[in-house]
Amino acid sequence: MSHDRSTWILRQKIYEKIFLVVSVFFLICSGLVLGALLLDLAQSGTSRISWNLFSNFPSRFPEKAGILSAWVGTLLVMLVTCLAAIPLGVAAGIYLEEYAPKNRITTLIEINISNLAGVPSIVFGLMALGIFVYKFALGQSVLTAGLTLALLILPIIIVTTREAIRAIPLSIREAAYALGATKWQVTKDHVLPYSLGGVLTGIIIAMSRAIGETAPLVTIGALTFIAFLPPSPVQTTAPFINFDWLNSPFTVLPIQMFNWVSRPDPEFHKNAAAAGLVLLIITVSMNAIAIFLRVQFRRRTRW
Amino acid sequence: MVAVAPLFAEERIKARVDSLNFFYGETQALKDVNFFVPDKKVVALIGPSGCGKTTLLRCFNRMHDLYANMRSTGRIFLEPSGLDILSKKVDPIELRMKIGMVFQKPNPFPKSIFENVAYGLRIRGEKVASYIDGKVEAALRDAALWDEVKERLHSSASSLSGGQQQRLCMARSLATDPDIMLFDEPTSALDPIATARIEELIDELKSRVTIIIVTHNMQQAGRVADYTAFMYLGELVEFDRTSKIFTNPTQKLTEQYVTGCFG
Repeated sequence: MSHDRSTWILRQKIYEKIFLVVSVFFLICSGLVLGALLLDLAQSGTSRISWNLFSNFPSRFPEKAGILSAWVGTLLVMLVTCLAAIPLGVAAGIYLEEYAPKNRITTLIEINISNLAGVPSIVFGLMALGIFVYKFALGQSVLTAGLTLALLILPIIIVTTREAIRAIPLSIREAAYALGATKWQVTKDHVLPYSLGGVLTGIIIAMSRAIGETAPLVTIGALTFIAFLPPSPVQTTAPFINFDWLNSPFTVLPIQMFNWVSRPDPEFHKNAAAAGLVLLIITVSMNAIAIFLRVQFRRRTRW
Repeated sequence: MVAVAPLFAEERIKARVDSLNFFYGETQALKDVNFFVPDKKVVALIGPSGCGKTTLLRCFNRMHDLYANMRSTGRIFLEPSGLDILSKKVDPIELRMKIGMVFQKPNPFPKSIFENVAYGLRIRGEKVASYIDGKVEAALRDAALWDEVKERLHSSASSLSGGQQQRLCMARSLATDPDIMLFDEPTSALDPIATARIEELIDELKSRVTIIIVTHNMQQAGRVADYTAFMYLGELVEFDRTSKIFTNPTQKLTEQYVTGCFG
C-alpha cells in the first residue's frame, strides 16, 4: 500500500512537471512572437525615426513623409473617446452592480453588454456610418471617430468596472450601510475608491485597444492623406477654447500605416514600420501606466 | 408569551417585537416572534444554526432592505416613541443612524484607523475637526482601543489584529452614540482572550446602550446577557431572564438545548 502511494505521488509530481514545461514553452512562444515583431519593425523602421517623422505631414516623397497629422488625429480622437466612454462606462458599471434591481431585464442587458464586447469592430463602423455620419450628420470628423471608438470600448469599460466593483466584499458595504450611509455615500466613499485601481486598468486597456483600431474608422470615412491639422482646441484669444476641431477631417496612426503599406515603393514601407513602432510604444506605455496605477491604488487601499 | 408582562414590571422597555414573520422568498425564516427588549440591558439570542436569530437581529436595523426577495409582516416598536421600525414610512437610513451594528467577522474599511471611527460622523455631515477628533478618541476609549492605537491613528486599520479590528468596529459604531447596538456573533472569529475583552466591553456598555447579541456560544450568553431568547426553527421558544433560561427553563426544548442534548 505504501509502495502504491509513493508511486502515485511520484506520478502526480511528473504531471506537475509536464504542465510546467508546457506552460513555459507557450509563454516563451508568445514572447518570441512579440519580440520578432518588435525586432522586425525596429529593423526597417528605426532609420526613419527622427524629429522630421513627427513634425512632417505625409508627402509623395517617402523620406519627407511624416506622421504629424496622424499622431495629432490619434490624440484628438482618443480625447473624444475618453470623454465619451469613461463617464458613461463607469457610470453604467456602477449602476448595474450597485443600483439595478436583479431581474430578467437587467440580466438581459448584462448578457448583451458582454456580447457587445465581442462584436467585430467593423460592425461598429457600419453602425456609426449610419447613425453618426448620415442620421446625425456629424460628418466624417474627429467627433464621429471618437464617438465610434467610444461605443466600441464602452462594453470593455463596463465589464471591467463591474468586475472591479464586485471584488469589494459585501461585508464592507454592509458596514457602511449599518452606520446609516446612503447608497450614494457607499458608492463614492467605498465602492469607487476601493475599485479605482481596477477601473483605471480597464479604462487604459480599453484605450489601448481603441488606439489601434482601423476598420471602423475606414468605414466612417477617415482620410488617408491629410496635409493639414485640425484647428487647435486652445487659442490665445478669448474664449481660449474652441470646438471646430471636432468637425475636422482626420487621420490616425494605424490608417496612415495602412496607407503607406499599400504603396508599391518599399521606401514607404519603412515609414509604415516607423509609424508602427510609434504606435506600439504608445500602447506599451499605456499598459505600463495601467500596471503602475494598479500597484499604486492597491497600496493605498490595504485590506 | 403571556407570562412576559410581569417579568418586565421593573424594566423600561426599549423595543417591542410584535408578531414578526419573515420570509426569504417562499421560505419562512421567522414565525410569529414576540418579545421585549428592556432598556439598557443585554439580550442574547441563542439557538442552533438556521434558527433565525441573525435574521431577527437584522430586522432591527432593516439590513434586509438591501436585498431583494425578502419581506416581513408584523412590527417592531421603538420605545418610548412608538415608532414602528418595519413600517415603510420609516426611512432605513434614519433608523440605522440610531442603531449600531457589529458583525460576525471584523469588517473595518480599508482606510486609516481614524477614518474608520470618523466615518459615521462624516456621513452625518459633521465637519468640525475638533469635534470629530474628540468623538473618535472617546469612541476608541469606550472600545478599550485608545491606548493601543493612539500613536498610529493614521495607519491602516488592516494592520490591527483580529481582536483589535473587532474593537475598532465597535468604536466605529459607538462614535455616533447609538440607542441600540446589535452584535451578530461578534466573537466567533476571535481567540478566547480577544473574546473576553469584547465581553467585558459589552458589560461596560450596557449602562449606556441597549444591546442585542446573537451568539452561538451558550457560555457567552450566560456571561453577558441579562435576558436570553431561545429560538428554534424560526420560532421564539422561550424568553426569560438568563439565569432562568439556563437553570430552570419552562420549555422542555430549551432545557434540552442548554444542556447540550442538541444544537
